[in-house]
Amino acid sequence: MSSFELHAENISKVFGRRLIFKDVDFSCKNNGIYGISGPNGSGKSTFLKIISGIISPTKGKVTHSFDGKVVESEHLHNFLGFVAPYVILYDEFSAVENIHFFSKIRGINFTQEKFDFLFQHFGLFDRKDDLVKGYSSGMKQRLKYIFALIHSPKILFFDEPTSNLDNSGKEKVYQTINEESQNNIVIIASNEDSDLAVCSTVLELKNYKIAPKSENK
Amino acid sequence: MSSYALFKKDLASELRTRYAINSLVMFIVVTISVILFSIGNEKISDFLSGGLFWVVIFFSAMSGLSRAFVSEEERGTTLTLQLIASPTTIFSGKLLFNLILVFAMNIIIALLYSALFDSFVLKNLSLFLYAFVLGNIGIAIASTLIASIIAKASSKGTLYPVLSFPILLPLMLTLIDLTKQAMDGTTFESGYIELAVLGCYDIVMIAASFLLFDFIWKD
Amino acid sequence: MIWKIILFLLIAFVSIAGITFPIVATPAHWYDFPLIPGLGENAKIIFFHVPTAWLTVIAFFMSTVYSIKYLRKKDLVDDIKAHTSAQLGMIFCILATVTGAVWAKFAWGSYWSWDPRQTSIFALLLIYGALFALRSAVEVEEKRAALSAVYSIIAFVTVPFFVFIMPRIMRGLHPGSADDTNAGTIVNFKMNGNMLLIFFLSLIGFTILYYWIWYVGYKSMLYKEKLNKQYH
Repeated sequence: MSSFELHAENISKVFGRRLIFKDVDFSCKNNGIYGISGPNGSGKSTFLKIISGIISPTKGKVTHSFDGKVVESEHLHNFLGFVAPYVILYDEFSAVENIHFFSKIRGINFTQEKFDFLFQHFGLFDRKDDLVKGYSSGMKQRLKYIFALIHSPKILFFDEPTSNLDNSGKEKVYQTINEESQNNIVIIASNEDSDLAVCSTVLELKNYKIAPKSENK
Repeated sequence: MSSYALFKKDLASELRTRYAINSLVMFIVVTISVILFSIGNEKISDFLSGGLFWVVIFFSAMSGLSRAFVSEEERGTTLTLQLIASPTTIFSGKLLFNLILVFAMNIIIALLYSALFDSFVLKNLSLFLYAFVLGNIGIAIASTLIASIIAKASSKGTLYPVLSFPILLPLMLTLIDLTKQAMDGTTFESGYIELAVLGCYDIVMIAASFLLFDFIWKD
Repeated sequence: MIWKIILFLLIAFVSIAGITFPIVATPAHWYDFPLIPGLGENAKIIFFHVPTAWLTVIAFFMSTVYSIKYLRKKDLVDDIKAHTSAQLGMIFCILATVTGAVWAKFAWGSYWSWDPRQTSIFALLLIYGALFALRSAVEVEEKRAALSAVYSIIAFVTVPFFVFIMPRIMRGLHPGSADDTNAGTIVNFKMNGNMLLIFFLSLIGFTILYYWIWYVGYKSMLYKEKLNKQYH
């Protein structure tokens, strides 16, 4: 089993003059599902971006390690999978082309089975050669999961995982989350109760701090 | 390898949307015809036509080369790129694309220009070609880096030439001087120091770009 | 306080001495300036023009140093220091350009003739202008600091090319440049003791003045930031 670890120590983020959060600690290891909730504007997305290494914190340090070795930031991207409303795929390409280009740019071995499996799983197989331009927002959301999973990442970040999805789509997502959490870390930022229900640990971002959610079960 | 894949992605995207190419071609045509109209039937001096050649190139470059990063920023795909590749990969991929674009653009300009301007006669062609190649590389490197800067700023279109001009000025002055020398037909040896300056500029710029790109790219 | 008095006396002395001390063919008194062929009375601008040009470069250099520091430490105070220095550099750059152009009108007959040094100072003016245009186009403070730091480093890197390539392309008219046959390297050979003394006193005085304005400038910007933070 893989051992991916994430440690965030004393991280603070300030945007201009606005404090988002202060001296937050967070760490996770190996596998599991972590949920992060919090009111709108509490900095959930910012928090996800910081712990995934996309943006740097104003203060503090985030370290990722795999099998006991620290992952340098230039190699980190192949360990991560990220789904969020602000992840946007290329409109002018078809779904297949998008995934093909991404795999090549990542420099990973592209396996047709995994590719076919994911497209079947998220119900896009019949429409895989259509341009993304013609996709509905729900289909785009499904495609984002394929984008996030195709390179078998060790840690997954899902920001509002079920937005724009119908019931069957939600089910697929929860199924995926459960399967992935067997071996990998899944971190979810959401306020939907059904999203947070699948999490083993739920934390709440409030008053610039992060704490275990009180009223959770 | 992965930068080459990024280049292929950009090329495929460009061929499908024709965003940079169309405006670039039109820009070349417009700039050259403006110069032709303003000259009218006058006979312009050799040195002036050599200088105007680089004016056309500068403005054409300013119209098309910022697309590399601005298009990603406008579509909101910057984050997506960040999720799939390291900054080094992204910069080299974008640089490769701009290099090809600069060479294609400048070769077209050079051919058009020598066909339309009688006074643009290069007596020492090899000196010009060396300057042309080194100059194109320099233009591509500097403008790719500036493009990555302005992609993050708000007034993207007007800011690009403003920021690029001071950086490209030493390169342009050297190129204009070398073109003049090539038109005068001086020996290759006399332009040797200027060519060395161009080479140094390219090396210094590429080193600085790779060092500094991380700071631009990461929010 | 004592520094301000010394600075005031220094600048006052340099201004008075620079303007009033006579230029004579054969210096006899301690206050006489020697006549430099081809420059004459115009030579006196050296006490004011050269320090402004010198500070333009110093301010640019300081700005780049603090830009590098910002990129290493990500401390916004360094960005404020770099920005204050760039603002001062812009002011001195304009002063150097204007005093130079006025002098050129009398010495060379026209305000502007694309002498290598004129071209260089013009390029610096463009760089400073571009830097401020960039700053005003970026909203987020951290982003603005990072982008302008990167830009000033890139601009700084191109300066040696200017210095090297310019004299090869253009004919120099400026005193001290290689092509100048009249004055030659005036600072070393044609100036006598008291002229050199006042010249260097002027350089020192202006440099202290720069440092003082810079210090007051970035401190006041810091306080402004702090006040803004309190009331928001």
